[in-house]
Amino acid sequence: MRRALVLIVITAAACARDTAPPAVPAAASFASIPAQHYGLGRAATPAEVAALDIDVGPDGLGLPAGSGTVAQGATLFQTKCSMCHGATGQGMPPAFPLLISRDPKAEGFKFASDPKLPHSIGNYWPNATTVFDYVRRAMPLLQPGSLTNDEVYSLTAFLLASNEVIPKTATLDSASLMNVTMPYRDRFVPDNRKGGNEVK
Amino acid sequence: MTDRAQDAPDELISRRTMLAGAAGVVAVAAGLPLGAGGQGASAPAAPGAPKVPADPTKLQGAPTSPVGARSAFYKPSRTPVGETVGNSLSPLQDLTGTITPADLHFERHHAGIPLIDPAKHTLLIHGLVGTPLLLSVDEVKRFPQVTRTHFIECSGNGRSAYREPKPDMTPQKVAGLVSNTEWTGVPLKVLLDEAGFKPEATWFLAEGGDACLLTRSIPMPKAMDDALVVWAQNGEPLRPEQGFPLRLLLPGWEGNTSVKWLRRIELGTRPWATRWETSKYTDPLPDGTARQYSFDMDAKSIITTPAHPKVLTKGWWPISGLAWTGRGKITRVEISTDNGKSWHDAELSPTTGVKAPVRFTHMWEWDGSAAVLLSRATDETGYVQPTRTALLKVRGIGTDFHFNPIVGWKVAANGAVTFHAET
Ligand code: HEC
Repeated sequence: MRRALVLIVITAAACARDTAPPAVPAAASFASIPAQHYGLGRAATPAEVAALDIDVGPDGLGLPAGSGTVAQGATLFQTKCSMCHGATGQGMPPAFPLLISRDPKAEGFKFASDPKLPHSIGNYWPNATTVFDYVRRAMPLLQPGSLTNDEVYSLTAFLLASNEVIPKTATLDSASLMNVTMPYRDRFVPDNRKGGNEVK
Repeated sequence: MTDRAQDAPDELISRRTMLAGAAGVVAVAAGLPLGAGGQGASAPAAPGAPKVPADPTKLQGAPTSPVGARSAFYKPSRTPVGETVGNSLSPLQDLTGTITPADLHFERHHAGIPLIDPAKHTLLIHGLVGTPLLLSVDEVKRFPQVTRTHFIECSGNGRSAYREPKPDMTPQKVAGLVSNTEWTGVPLKVLLDEAGFKPEATWFLAEGGDACLLTRSIPMPKAMDDALVVWAQNGEPLRPEQGFPLRLLLPGWEGNTSVKWLRRIELGTRPWATRWETSKYTDPLPDGTARQYSFDMDAKSIITTPAHPKVLTKGWWPISGLAWTGRGKITRVEISTDNGKSWHDAELSPTTGVKAPVRFTHMWEWDGSAAVLLSRATDETGYVQPTRTALLKVRGIGTDFHFNPIVGWKVAANGAVTFHAET
């Protein structure tokens, strides 16, 4: 009995060896590894995916239902954010970043000439959706993930209005947020460094 | 043996070491396993200079220990700031060769180091795949694995030395946000094949399981090239501060993209414009634009010895340091001892590393006159590490990431060594 079992195991092992996929190649790139299904892991349920999939894209994809006003956001900001980011969003750099500023010196995207110009939401950020996505996933610092979607819409509305991107009377929901155009969105360019004998 | 140990003058060995040594001898003599009593000697007895016997060959040394400790004469240290959003720099001046000991690897966290139970941690791969796939850490380890040596450099490395250089900066302060590790993991392509990725996917999002759920968008060609999901660092599981239990590893790319505590990969058709690729990790340029998704780390080098605060005496010194490039191999490192007037090829070792540092060495006889020591790296694409002047011209003083100017050390006639950034 025992011997038979051992034999089966050995045969199985031999079979497995004959059909085994090639080991990972030594070449720098893994592109040549042939596709192989190992049957490991399991299918995630839609609920399991939904629980983690909170990202919002620049096209608004992933924005949840809900809405909030600038006024609601102003109140929330004072109770949940101002202790670190300051009553007027001026921040306490370097530990706690400034959130609200339209510094005339920074208008025109002069950041390369002056390291002190703050990269504020209004003067720098290319996408409004990033405010929503980041606040929802990471803020407030000590209670991340504690805000409702309505609260995140309100805070996003308040931060965008205070940075002079949207009117102070605005209400934000998924449709209006995805249509907000940030002042300096066109300033962001792809990486053109390619190595070679040229400094860029 | 026992006699010799007992004959040793009492004041020369710490009481703890002696007791441990004696217990060890007894345990061995009695054929007993060495218990906890024998393990106390693994930690240095006291801070400061250890007590050393006049002749260490005349008494028994410390017994074996469960986890080795550094020599009491060597106390390298990172530079923790005590904040959860912050970094600690690797002590480059205290390291030799090219591998960074795991406990001295630099740190950069945006929400502290999460405490994760590997038995509960999972990696979800979803989006443009056949079936959303949920893998446990143990399952990730059952795929074909590979071990490779690569550096990770934070793209903020060298910011203060570039913007506000000071003579008393050390290699750690100038460039301590780079480290080099032998990683073990599975090619990301293998995991994406398992999930049945769809050819229309052009970007993926990687998300960490820390308190900011850090996310970066990565172009799919990187996944098909050399991206890894790693779980081990220099022969043991990742350190918590390096992403335990799973980390994305994108060789040669800015460190922030090697997302730690990796819990989710989503495949899509455009980047997500996360906070870490808009507000941060973008590079303002003098023409009023900012580079975005600027992943490659340019070739760079730094002399790690001699360096501040060393004081030289006349005679031969090895000028030694590290050079690395995100674009493949370093092919040449040149040393100047006359502030860039003349250059000499340094010896490189090892010469095989791809997206891994080389250590360079050049022997130099100091004659006692003032000197400026510089290093300049060239990589296999022909890229030559630029001067600070050249970099300032194309990037500006306010550019926020990717700093790789030629830097070095001033040697005064009295032997004092200070940081030199004005190249
Ligand atoms: C306990 C202190 C604290 C509180 C409270 C807090 N934050 Fe923050 N916030 C931080 C820190 C620290 C950072 C920087 C994180 C980093 O650099 O990774 C930050 C970063 C941010 C940023 C990104 C700034 C940038 O320039 O990239 C935004 C937006 C933000 N917080 C919004 C909020 C909002 C909205 C609230 C209230 C709901 C809030 N924060 C509450 C500490 C705090």
